[in-house]
Amino acid sequence: MSQIDQSKIRNFCIVAHIDHGKSTLADRIIEQTGLLTSREMQAQVLDNMDLERERGITIKAQAVRTVYKAKNGEEYIFNLIDTPGHVDFNYEVSRSLAACDGAILVVDAAQGIEAQTLANVYLALDHDLDVFPVINKIDLPSAEPQRVIEEIEDVIGIEAQDAPLISAKNGINIDQVLEQIVQKIPAPKGSPTAPLKALIFDCVYDSYKGVIVFCRIMEGTVKKGTEILMMATGAKEEVVEVGYFGAGQFIPCDELSAGMVGYITASIKNVKDTAVGDTVTDAKNPCKEPLPGYKKVLSMVYCGIYPADGAKYPDLRDALEKLQLNDASLFYEPETSIALGFGFRCGFLGLLHLEIIQERLEREYNLDLVTTAPGVVYKVHKTNGEVIELTNPSNLPDPSEIEYMEEPIVNAEIMVTSEFIGSIMTLCQERRGRYLGTEYIEANRALLKYELPLNEIIYDFFDALKSRSRGYASFDYDIKGYETSKLVKLDILINKEEVDALSFIVHADSAYERGRKMCEKLKDEIPRHLFEIPIQAAIGGKVIARETVKAMRKDVLAKCYGGDITRKKKLLEKQKEGKKRMRQIGNVEIPQKAFMSVLKLDDRD
Amino acid sequence: MEQPKELMLYLHVPFCVRKCHYCDFLSSVHTDETRERYVQALCRELRVRGKEYSGRIVTSVFFGGGTPSLLSPAQILKILDTAREIFAFATNAEITMECNPGTISFQSKKMDQKGMATAEKQGKDAFDEKEKLAGYLAAGVNRLSLGLQSANDEELKLLGRIHDYETFLETYRLARKAGFTNINVDLMNALAGQTMESWKNTLERVLTLTPPPEHLSVYSLIVEEGTPFFEWNSQGRFTGKLQIPSEELDREMYAYTGKRLAQAGYQQYEISNYAREGYPCQHNYGYWTRKEYLGLGLGAASLLGNIRYANETDLERYLKDPLAGRSEQTLSRKEQMEEFAFLGLRTIRGVSRSTFQECFGENMDQYWRQVIEKNVADGLLMDDGEFIRLSARGLDLGNYVSAQFLL
Repeated sequence: MSQIDQSKIRNFCIVAHIDHGKSTLADRIIEQTGLLTSREMQAQVLDNMDLERERGITIKAQAVRTVYKAKNGEEYIFNLIDTPGHVDFNYEVSRSLAACDGAILVVDAAQGIEAQTLANVYLALDHDLDVFPVINKIDLPSAEPQRVIEEIEDVIGIEAQDAPLISAKNGINIDQVLEQIVQKIPAPKGSPTAPLKALIFDCVYDSYKGVIVFCRIMEGTVKKGTEILMMATGAKEEVVEVGYFGAGQFIPCDELSAGMVGYITASIKNVKDTAVGDTVTDAKNPCKEPLPGYKKVLSMVYCGIYPADGAKYPDLRDALEKLQLNDASLFYEPETSIALGFGFRCGFLGLLHLEIIQERLEREYNLDLVTTAPGVVYKVHKTNGEVIELTNPSNLPDPSEIEYMEEPIVNAEIMVTSEFIGSIMTLCQERRGRYLGTEYIEANRALLKYELPLNEIIYDFFDALKSRSRGYASFDYDIKGYETSKLVKLDILINKEEVDALSFIVHADSAYERGRKMCEKLKDEIPRHLFEIPIQAAIGGKVIARETVKAMRKDVLAKCYGGDITRKKKLLEKQKEGKKRMRQIGNVEIPQKAFMSVLKLDDRD
Repeated sequence: MEQPKELMLYLHVPFCVRKCHYCDFLSSVHTDETRERYVQALCRELRVRGKEYSGRIVTSVFFGGGTPSLLSPAQILKILDTAREIFAFATNAEITMECNPGTISFQSKKMDQKGMATAEKQGKDAFDEKEKLAGYLAAGVNRLSLGLQSANDEELKLLGRIHDYETFLETYRLARKAGFTNINVDLMNALAGQTMESWKNTLERVLTLTPPPEHLSVYSLIVEEGTPFFEWNSQGRFTGKLQIPSEELDREMYAYTGKRLAQAGYQQYEISNYAREGYPCQHNYGYWTRKEYLGLGLGAASLLGNIRYANETDLERYLKDPLAGRSEQTLSRKEQMEEFAFLGLRTIRGVSRSTFQECFGENMDQYWRQVIEKNVADGLLMDDGEFIRLSARGLDLGNYVSAQFLL
């Protein structure tokens, strides 16, 4: 087979703030490089998970290889690696970036630079990528490309005068982008004859092929029959197939050599043998040292995930194992709840990540789940000097054994137009924020800087931010560290029985308010039973709030004629179906959604 | 010799003088001419469908609506004669007709102007009051079901009824005079703004009729989607003075009704039905015990063998071809068992183990032992070894119990 000339390969990604048009530009690049005809194009080819299509966001990093015939008459191979845009997925962005040599920065011609634009660009620059900007949505009436170009130069400090002015949606000036990819993104380096050194940036599980490893070859060559070694896990396997990424399919080829992006299958049975971020080398001729690992990201948000049907516990375990395979940021370990039985304590990058995993478990693995209130990791300093990292409120030691507790604090940057500064500052104040300062990007746009406790932003901060700024505020954060805080555990008692799965940690000052709201919400969620049910919130055995679900008095259809029988049956079936979605705690049946929905308490009710 | 199989007939009359504000039954306002076309379509359906069951013996006929008393005695006679040509009738066959007091008598001058005007136009020329009821009786109707709903004129007005209490009294008197000896009166409680006092008053007024009705049906108001009541309720109009009684008050009214009617000599035989000795409605009882019935007319439902049918619900299409547009649903064995339980539990007598054994050749307990035991323990069911029935509390929570009997 003909040797692929390294100088004709371009490995790149697209970075952007959410909604600035990254996925649409990716579609256009794929379309205009002739790999697919317009007729074959599904909208947003790269986002092939149903969930992504529905939410309109990109969750999983994926890659596609296309061939571009440049104006100089040469053919170039483009490996486009898609990256997620949401703040929760910095880890995924980070590992995708490590597989690239350059990045296209997409900026909305109307909105200009947003919080995640900055975060993603800095991440790309951290990985030594060459970044060139593209101004998108120039056909919008509110587009101000010249202003945005100046903003990019002022704020980020990269050259932007010759940035292509495009509309990805309407296919305007995409050819300029393609040319700049050739001109501005460097070709990969690395010797094809050196010992194999490849970076795993993603993997998926396929029921026919087993684990499919997505990798970027840094040095050397890999082909069918090569015995490979995963340097971190120590697993050795013989390569069954190598290939590259067509649009939505795997296309086998003879070999992958330095500078290429592709996949390897090696009949890997055990999903744990493959770790994203690991280095693949030749077992017989290993490289001296592995590539520097990805930036290791810790789970920030934890919650309990339980199967609604206890017998499905092994299925849930298998599903989590498979999800973790291509989502290394997902953490899980078994736990037991008195109320919910056997399940897992899972760690996530953020609340969106949590919701996505939950939905994927339900859709892709057909599991019916009960999810408990999300929480963060607290550091509990005990009087005996021991420090516990608390991820499950139920494990909080007795207050007499606690000297003090610490909670995680984030540095938050909120980009907002000046008219909303007041209401956003109020919101941050309500969430125990510490004001650090304001930077004006332009006359009417400012970057507010706050320190906020993470547990104040994981539930509904993003929603509150959007609703108080009519959708205009954008938000990014990173972890600053831990600080001592006055925290208490709030317990919920239903029919006098403590429900461990409903306990959560809260700042002492907001405990009463949260307890009261929680009781009110549960009162609405729990249906009437044959008996009266008290719902109480308590701190250390002291009840601070109470509501009562009254006993059921009437549940009967008065009239029921001949023709009504089918209708009555439907009514009864609906009633029975509803019961299935209940969780029995003591002699009280609690709807599954109550465990999660009680945490979505809007502060401004 | 083998006994001929029994059959009940249901005949739907989808016409009203005016639609009541709470009603979601299939009915609407139409002209004399449409009614005549309808009677012809109905008779045609009866002749064609009836043929399949011509060997059956009819034990009950029920004219329901809508307002069957908008049909003339001649029209009722025509329908019954058609039925008698096809089927044998049991000598004691119960033939019920629902009747709106506002279509029989126009005594009262206090009636709502619009209702009055329409009612007069619709019927006054067509009949003489006394003759109309006598005509129904002569046609073969032997049980009259009068829709009174309330003895309080303000409540009647809110419900959108076309009659007041005085009109009802006159109709009742005329019915007795015409010779009806089996009369049901329909009542409703838990009406918007209704108090316990007002409900007691309605009951007392009905009980002092002479002679008092043989049968009473008492329903609590259900605010059904698609009715003006539903609209008003979502607009928040049922607050303050027009508050819809709470679940608690609704049940107090229900408990009081059972107690008061028992004192007056009525026995409750179903969740909403009460009768003097010997007068339970055979037709309705047939529904709860899964007797076979052939339903004819717009939207009418049937149970024949193990198939449930539902007729066309669009009037124009029905008039064009009364045989088209019937849908059917074959009940699985499981579904038949479920119906046996949830329909049977509506009766005060309850469901019988030996009847289940007869119908299905199996022991009922193998399906529901746990459900029965749990509900007995919760005080919702009573089990005497043969019959399983709802307790007083169980009657309040009939759906809650029945849903557990779904397999």
